[in-house]
Amino acid sequence: MLLTIRSLTKTFPGTRALDAVDFDLAAGEVHALLGENGAGKSTLIKCLTGAYHRDGGTITLDGAQIDPQSTVEAQEQGIGTVYQEVNLLPNLTVAQNLMFGREPRRWGLVDSRAMRAEARETLRPYGLDIDVDRDLGSYSVAIQQIVAIARAVALSGKVLILDEPTASLDAAEVRMVFDVVRGLRARGLGIVFVSHFLDQVFGLTDRITVLRNGRRIVTERTADLDRVKLIEHMLGRALEHEVAGQTAEPVASDRVPLLSFQNFGRRGVIEPYDLTIGRGEVVGLAGLLGSGRTETAELMFGVRTATQGEASDAKARLDLSSPRAAIAQGFGFVPEERKTDGIVAELSIRENVILGLQARRGWARPIPRSEQNRIADDYIKRLDIRTSGREKPIGELSGGNQQKAILARWLAMNPRFLILDEPTRGIDVGAHAEILRLIRELTEAGMSILVISSEIDELVAVANRVIVVRDRRHVAELAGARVTGDEIMRAIAAEEVAA
Amino acid sequence: MSLLKRIAPQLIALALLVALVTVFYPGFLKLDLSGGRLVGPMIDVLKRGAPVALLAVGMTLVIATRGIDLSVGTTMAICGAVAAWAVAGGWGLVPALLLALAAGALAGLWNGLLVAVVGIQPFVATLILMTMGRGIAQLITEGRILTFNHAGFAFLGSGTLLGLPVPAWLWLACGLGMAALMRRTALGLLVEAIGINRRASALAGVNATVLLIAVYVVSGLCAALAGIVVTADIRGADANNAGLWLELDAILAVVIGGNSLLGGRFSIIASLLGALIIQTIDTGILLAGFPSEYNLVIKAGLVLVILVLQSPRIAGEWRLWRDSHRASREARAAQRSRT
Repeated sequence: MLLTIRSLTKTFPGTRALDAVDFDLAAGEVHALLGENGAGKSTLIKCLTGAYHRDGGTITLDGAQIDPQSTVEAQEQGIGTVYQEVNLLPNLTVAQNLMFGREPRRWGLVDSRAMRAEARETLRPYGLDIDVDRDLGSYSVAIQQIVAIARAVALSGKVLILDEPTASLDAAEVRMVFDVVRGLRARGLGIVFVSHFLDQVFGLTDRITVLRNGRRIVTERTADLDRVKLIEHMLGRALEHEVAGQTAEPVASDRVPLLSFQNFGRRGVIEPYDLTIGRGEVVGLAGLLGSGRTETAELMFGVRTATQGEASDAKARLDLSSPRAAIAQGFGFVPEERKTDGIVAELSIRENVILGLQARRGWARPIPRSEQNRIADDYIKRLDIRTSGREKPIGELSGGNQQKAILARWLAMNPRFLILDEPTRGIDVGAHAEILRLIRELTEAGMSILVISSEIDELVAVANRVIVVRDRRHVAELAGARVTGDEIMRAIAAEEVAA
Repeated sequence: MSLLKRIAPQLIALALLVALVTVFYPGFLKLDLSGGRLVGPMIDVLKRGAPVALLAVGMTLVIATRGIDLSVGTTMAICGAVAAWAVAGGWGLVPALLLALAAGALAGLWNGLLVAVVGIQPFVATLILMTMGRGIAQLITEGRILTFNHAGFAFLGSGTLLGLPVPAWLWLACGLGMAALMRRTALGLLVEAIGINRRASALAGVNATVLLIAVYVVSGLCAALAGIVVTADIRGADANNAGLWLELDAILAVVIGGNSLLGGRFSIIASLLGALIIQTIDTGILLAGFPSEYNLVIKAGLVLVILVLQSPRIAGEWRLWRDSHRASREARAAQRSRT
């Protein structure tokens, strides 16, 4: 093996990003690294390239253990990376970009002629006959991407990591980049390929490793996997025993509708959709990363405004033009990105819990301190938030406890409609089960909930109805007995299989 | 955290500084009552410190939102010029003051819109007014020092009320009033929340945009007050020199007050102490009789010492040293008691 990773572990405050992950890369292999958001792909790559320092485990390259402290050191040891956003300098020439930091010198000055010659030499194996004196920015993104690959290979030469290299390329350009990658594979490089375009993964790679929640789920030869199986691995079927096997009750046909969205959408973000949500109902939203799940929720909560359609309840049309407006309608939203969109890290648990309530009451009517304490203590107890006290900064809690505190913020406001975007992402198994239990309790009390989740069994466990989103469109609605893992999986994978 | 614990470092620094100045100038602590007014070097500090203290009130809030307001010095010049122009033009005191305050609020509104709505970085957004503002002030004064003769207006700069100079009352009232407003209402919490994480706060329903604009407006109003005080003091509006470089002293006061430039938790009281520290240094150097060319160097040196002593890293080292010292002492004591 060219590269062997054993028990790689990396912990951030609140989450274990990588949990004893193993990974092998052979010379002359393209190895796909797949997983949903937060699965640990980026963390793994950053540990490999020296951007992060790992907490545990070993990395062996060519038989020698390595421990890169910086990306430069990783490059010197043989690991090069190309990112989605070309990380070169568009206002320098192609030659300058290729030779940046190792320009040939003559009497202390850059020898431009030698530099040009060497740059052309570097590009020759890639079949790229371009003017190396022109600014890199004047070429297409595909050519820039190939120049970036050429530079990374010239610098490192053993392992090449491609992190979503095709995200901004069209089909012809993708083929061009893939030809280059295949050429490098033939030359004996080991290539790690990160992408969420499954077609490309099946078209290019030899093996696939799937990560989920910081753990390695599977490593298989690409030829031995089919799409449905792969998506199963990515979204997680054989879930923790706490939730596996449970199903929500089928929809009672006499459920009173609470909200209805008609032709609700925003151009370029999510196609217009119709959706009615009943009182006390849990609606699940399933789909792959980037399918339009989060966008659906953001539109409902006014994070982005809808350009068409309308939302209404039994009485009137609802103004959902901003989060404040949505909150005034009794909406709540627990966002997916807890760190950037949820917690206010340096404020205490108490302050984080009452923040929403206080914002709704207005600044002039502060919640008395004794009342704040009571609310915070109440939820710390009710949701079993593990902390040394209510005055602890929320940033110091573990991910699961942060999530519970954010939930508490919304529960304290007693919304009639609560949106939970990936409510169990990156939290431990115990907290996971508790949050699912809580969802059931809340709906029994009459709250309506929209749950967005990558974990299909989670949706099966809590949702009365599941909407499947694909390519920024709501493509299927499953209700009652049809809310099963297989049905959801089939709806998500449908087009991919047909293609 | 109780207020006293929060401001303890500033209080200690101020006390040490006063002691240091007294060593060089023994008369520093002297207080006299003459004609119903207190006089003495410390009263002078309270009076001269007014502009920076007033600016520091608004600056604290701006910095708490993770911003900065570089324009307060020139806003002072504008508002001073506006007030002098209006008083000289016979507007009467109250309308003139209201006009000056309105000019300050307008300047703050401009900054706030650039930052909160247009999304320009605060440093750059307020740099625009900082550059432009002095020109505006010069246009108002038509390039000369605009003097006026109005006893009521002059009273704001050099008058005495209940024994203390009026500027001292102004900054005390403004600072303590604002501190009370922040802590008695929910404003303090909301400002801190948007300073730490604006997006998360907005998603929780905090009206972050309006709040952010309001904070710059408050800063503009504080600058207007400061401008009124200096203009009243010299009985004239000097567009070239009023408030010159004072934005930097105001930022320094906030920093000496232990407020993080990264936003979040803030204490207006601590910033006020920071302003007093700066003014004590300024006045102290003058009184100690150093040649004037030493002033800025000594001031910078003292500020450096204060900031180094306050830095969390030093505090951590100190705690470590203290704990290990205590542990070894206890170990020795335990050993002695055994033997």
